[in-house]
Amino acid sequence: MTPISTLVSYSVERVKVMNEEGVVDATLMPELSPEQIKALYRHMVLTRQFDERMFKMQRQGRLGTLARVAGQEGAHMGAAFALRPEDWLVPAFRETGALLLRGLPMEQLLQYWSGDERGGAFPHGLCTLPIAIPVGTHMLHAVGIGWSLRTSNQKAAVLTFFGEGATSEGDFNEAMNMAGVFQAPVVFVCQNNQYAISVPYTKQTASCTVAQKALAYGMTGIQVDGNDVFAVYRVTHEALERARSGLGPTLIEASTYRVTDHTTSDDARRYRSEEEVEKWKKRDPIERLGRYMRDAGLLDDEEAAGVLADADKEIAVAVTAFEAIEPIRPEEIFKHVFAEITPPLAEQRDALLTRLQGGN
Amino acid sequence: MARLNMVEAIDQALQQEMQRDPSVVILGEDVGRDGGVFRVTDGLVQRFGEDRVIDTPLAESGIVGMAIGMAIAGYRPVAEIQFAGFAYPAYDQLVSHASRMRNRSRGEFTVPMVVRMPYGGGIRALEHHSESMEAVFVHVPGLKVVIPADPYDAKGLLVAAVRDPDPVIFMEPARVYRAIKMEVPEEPYVVPLGKARVVRPGADVTVIAWGAQLRVAREAADRLAGEAGIEAEVVDVRTLSPCDHDTIIESVKKTGRAVVVHEAPRTCGFAAEISSQIMERALLHLKAPVNRVTGFDTIPPLAKLEDYYQPDAARVVDAVKAVVEF
Repeated sequence: MTPISTLVSYSVERVKVMNEEGVVDATLMPELSPEQIKALYRHMVLTRQFDERMFKMQRQGRLGTLARVAGQEGAHMGAAFALRPEDWLVPAFRETGALLLRGLPMEQLLQYWSGDERGGAFPHGLCTLPIAIPVGTHMLHAVGIGWSLRTSNQKAAVLTFFGEGATSEGDFNEAMNMAGVFQAPVVFVCQNNQYAISVPYTKQTASCTVAQKALAYGMTGIQVDGNDVFAVYRVTHEALERARSGLGPTLIEASTYRVTDHTTSDDARRYRSEEEVEKWKKRDPIERLGRYMRDAGLLDDEEAAGVLADADKEIAVAVTAFEAIEPIRPEEIFKHVFAEITPPLAEQRDALLTRLQGGN
Repeated sequence: MARLNMVEAIDQALQQEMQRDPSVVILGEDVGRDGGVFRVTDGLVQRFGEDRVIDTPLAESGIVGMAIGMAIAGYRPVAEIQFAGFAYPAYDQLVSHASRMRNRSRGEFTVPMVVRMPYGGGIRALEHHSESMEAVFVHVPGLKVVIPADPYDAKGLLVAAVRDPDPVIFMEPARVYRAIKMEVPEEPYVVPLGKARVVRPGADVTVIAWGAQLRVAREAADRLAGEAGIEAEVVDVRTLSPCDHDTIIESVKKTGRAVVVHEAPRTCGFAAEISSQIMERALLHLKAPVNRVTGFDTIPPLAKLEDYYQPDAARVVDAVKAVVEF
């Protein structure tokens, strides 16, 4: 008889493919063609420039409150780059780069952050849910979609993003548990950017890592250097492949850092030091990828300048397109509440329109 | 024609809709092997298998949140919340997502989902098992709220709810589940959402009710006719959102008096909305102020005090007499 026995013990792996100098571990380097790497770089630069441009437009009063992604391009774009068109993306609200990779037109995102509902009408067939503002609740939708894909024998998976703050929400537990029970093909990517607005990771959870939370739900949990786009891509690619093959869900913790404020309404100087931000800025995911590419002969100064100029040009075109959009009309308030407008809503709409026409 | 109680009528509706449409799936706590704690889903897992009748972990938010994802992906989930009093954890999913997904995506993603839940008191249950929280759902734009009062309507309204393109909260009066049997056609039929019905014609006063309180209203109407010669017209609201106010107003314009009955707490109960509509649209027809017979603004009491809380025919009779004698 063994009076006390160990039932479970655990370890959590952290994956890093590329160091800060851009040197990669050849054995872990994912299979990406030079064209793919260049495309990834172009998208990351585009996302950074777009983020900066949106910030300026917000300060000019042309956009409303928005959540920036600068510094987190490696974490969410490395993951989204592993998606196939038939896979689903269930975003939170800090994944601009993933949305652009999915093919969402920039002018539409501008429209959304400007406070125009029509920006939420993502193109048909994008298999991408709208931006979810409530923290942590959308992960369950990913599980429901995953259940549907599995039950209807589709070889596709779901990728969902959330922050480390979301792991404190009850729905995180429900989503992880149900994904485990139903073996839903869902890859949960936690962008652990160290802060939920002002609350640091250590006050969010007493868990050493987010990744280890997966163990309680019978799924694989793994941590990656979130500013190493190759590591994030590699781990997500493998997890999506497992999910598509019926091997169940995975939790990936991409440890990264939000170098900007939480939103344009926040002032991060109230809760963290300049030194800390500077330390993380040195780990910038785009610069790191750039160093690798220069060493590999995939990028030089001229090309880098070209990528930047192209991005700015593309953004300028999108801003022009955004500004040419017809102003939203008040009757849009009543559209899409139900499939068919109900009599009480029709009455309220007509009253508003009559009033606006000066008829009453 | 078979005589069925409400449990059997709902079970039949679910079975027929699942047979008709392979995208209809059921999920909830104990809905499979156990057939639901009220046996509403009895026999369904045996017939349709575990991929279509899903026993879920004990997680109300999870059930509704997952159902939202399933609906977005093309299924028509019918989720069961074991008791309405346990729907609160799922309220976030209903308010934050189910009701808004169509609007948020401008029609690209929709949530054709039914959330069934037994509600209301009168069954001597534990705390949290007697809630009547319809007004809480009615206040959420984007949700439809349906409450059947008898087995015939339960089947037809549920069929309509399952086929509806939007999320429907389907509240089943637990007290009525096995209390009455009536003839229910075997073949599937639809009782359209958004239509109230006059269940008893009368000239002197309109009594408006839904769910378990419809029986109370009818009993009161019979007594009023016999004892006081007062002819009450009884209206069953059936769909609280979107509410068919036209049927109610038409009746009140005829009778000039109205009493609204519900077992939910009084303040901001759905009677307040009905009363306001009557005020706005039929004031000059009124011979007396609109009266309400409701639960109290208290926690629904446990078994021993329950009968003091629940409206009964005597309270409705008094309320009607008050408006007639006003």
